[in-house]
Amino acid sequence: MKTTPLMQSNIAAQARRVSALTRRGTRGKRRLGDIIFRNFTLLFVLITLALVVGVAWILVSYSLPTITAFGFSFLTNQAFDPVHNVFGVAPAIFGTLVTSCFAIIFAVPIGIGAAIFLVEFCPLALRSMLAFVMELLVAIPSVVIGLWGFLVLASWLNSSGEPWLQSHLGFLPFFRGQPHGLGLLAAGIVLVIMILPLIISVSREVMLTVPQSQREALLALGATRWEVIRHVVLPASRVGIMGGIILALGRALGETMAVTMVIGNQATKPSASLFDTGYTLSSVIANQFGEATQGLFLSALLEAGLLVFLITLATNVLARWLVARMGRMSIGGLNT
Amino acid sequence: MFKRWHIAPLLAALTLLSMLFSACGGASSASTSTNGAQSCPATRTLNGAGSTFDGPLFSKLFTVYPGVKCGANVNYQLIGSGAGINDLLNQLVDFGATDAPMTDAQLAKSPNGPIIHIPVTLGAVAISYNLSGINGHLKLTGAVLADIFMGKVKTWNDPEIAGLNPGVTLPNQNITVVHRSDGSGTTGIFTHYLSAVSDDWKTKVGAATTVNWPLGVGAKGNPGVAAAIKATSGSIGYVELAYVVANNFPYALVQNAAGNYVAPSLDGAKADAANVSDIPADLRFYIVNAPGNDSYPISGFSWMIVYQNQSNPDKGRAIANMLWWVTHDGQSYASALTYVPLPGGIVTRDEAQIKSMKCGNTPCYTGK
Repeated sequence: MKTTPLMQSNIAAQARRVSALTRRGTRGKRRLGDIIFRNFTLLFVLITLALVVGVAWILVSYSLPTITAFGFSFLTNQAFDPVHNVFGVAPAIFGTLVTSCFAIIFAVPIGIGAAIFLVEFCPLALRSMLAFVMELLVAIPSVVIGLWGFLVLASWLNSSGEPWLQSHLGFLPFFRGQPHGLGLLAAGIVLVIMILPLIISVSREVMLTVPQSQREALLALGATRWEVIRHVVLPASRVGIMGGIILALGRALGETMAVTMVIGNQATKPSASLFDTGYTLSSVIANQFGEATQGLFLSALLEAGLLVFLITLATNVLARWLVARMGRMSIGGLNT
Repeated sequence: MFKRWHIAPLLAALTLLSMLFSACGGASSASTSTNGAQSCPATRTLNGAGSTFDGPLFSKLFTVYPGVKCGANVNYQLIGSGAGINDLLNQLVDFGATDAPMTDAQLAKSPNGPIIHIPVTLGAVAISYNLSGINGHLKLTGAVLADIFMGKVKTWNDPEIAGLNPGVTLPNQNITVVHRSDGSGTTGIFTHYLSAVSDDWKTKVGAATTVNWPLGVGAKGNPGVAAAIKATSGSIGYVELAYVVANNFPYALVQNAAGNYVAPSLDGAKADAANVSDIPADLRFYIVNAPGNDSYPISGFSWMIVYQNQSNPDKGRAIANMLWWVTHDGQSYASALTYVPLPGGIVTRDEAQIKSMKCGNTPCYTGK
């Protein structure tokens, strides 16, 4: 819709009236209120900023003893050994990355696929119900999912799942070694379950915002449903979907309770096998904090916390950059 | 639209009011009485934190204690032994509780003079397993246990295990070791036992509430280990005695220093504690593998830790009274909760420790 010259003059007249109103009698009081309000909101922003800086400051200052004692070897050392006062988190970094990547690899296609069904193919009556059930899945506390993973999933993997994988797909390096039930595979599956609803609901919301007229336009040109999804829906919503994926990745990286309960909590030499038990950075902290006494032990745990902080920060920065880039690209696409 | 701004003065008034109240509360708690030595201390609330192993016992004791003569309310937080030690060192609590005695390095960090250890209860650690088709209890020695937990013995029908169990057909199945993933006094007792019976374990892994396990699967808490053993065929792990008793789990008979195979039990642990020779004066000691025909070798104490010099005399007296009650009358509640009551010899040692607490120039404990 274009604005006509008449409408523009109307808007200008309205703006003049509003500014005249503010200049009259109540002016001083209003301005004082505005200043107070502005400073209050500024104060809240500063409080939030101070919290972030404070957390970072504490993490850095408390982990200084291990940073100076071990330096870079903290990242490469296999052993987390309070008895001999030698600390390293290589298996935990490995476990964090492997389980999160596993979760993203499986949750993204399933999640986007489910969202496409919900938006494009699902009967309207069924859609809201299905969406509700999936959002319910987001609301389940992680400790409950962990409990299910520990009691049901892990023992099923131990007795049937992992032996089956070993006999049918054992030629792959991922399914070798002794099945324990608890391990990287169980942790990865639990994470898939936890981030899947997140990806579905974000993708669904974004796809719903794609104008119906665009879909109809392409259908009118003789495109198939698949072509509509491929050329209109997905390109228009990819920025939002990417945001959802990054949100999910953030959750997977930081998830503590559910993963701690099923990952097996045993530092093993990083290998390709998903049957191996493992550790994540946050599960190291959750497990050891209660017994960590002052000195290098406590400092090592805080450095693990600092690493989680940095990894999450890096993912967020990367996500911002990606989203901004993709946003520019799609605007450019519309203009041409 | 101005109506909503009426909330602001109301809020301000509320804040002022609450500040006033908290100020009053502070004043009343600050006014400690300076009564004679014979009357009860004015301090009616004590704060402690530490060992989760002690949790069920303490929660029973501290529901009873406010009702006894000169009793007090005791808030006890189950945050883990290490965190309990940290809280005491940071002077956040009046006493700590730990399943592993403080190390010399930790004691050196005390901001407030010496810290004394007072054993308050005893625990035993059972070896549990999941093997189908085995009747009766497996027999194990410390050396074989160490080999299993180091990965030297990998299958159940290994000659090392079979040799101890003639007449038992052991399956050709891989052993899955289950251990605690969180730091714990149970792990402390178990690893001290393995260190006592195996030099290899002592040098390569060592003993502490949390160690760098050579292999296995880690599960959180005694319930986690118990559930993991139950779910995993061919597994072996160590759990607190109370769990084995409560859940009717299979357990191994463990060879003690006298060469007998002993089942984990309250009596076995008590015998282990009673037969310890040369107890150090500061009561920081492990009792694993003590002599005696009936001693169950994988047992250990749990301690309360307090500052010897109490800066607040009134609170010091309240703490001393509490410690005295826990180590005397309080012990009658232990057996019912599958804790081992303290042997008489240890109670006498505890009395000496409690009497050594100083409130200024006088002893804190003024009873008999």
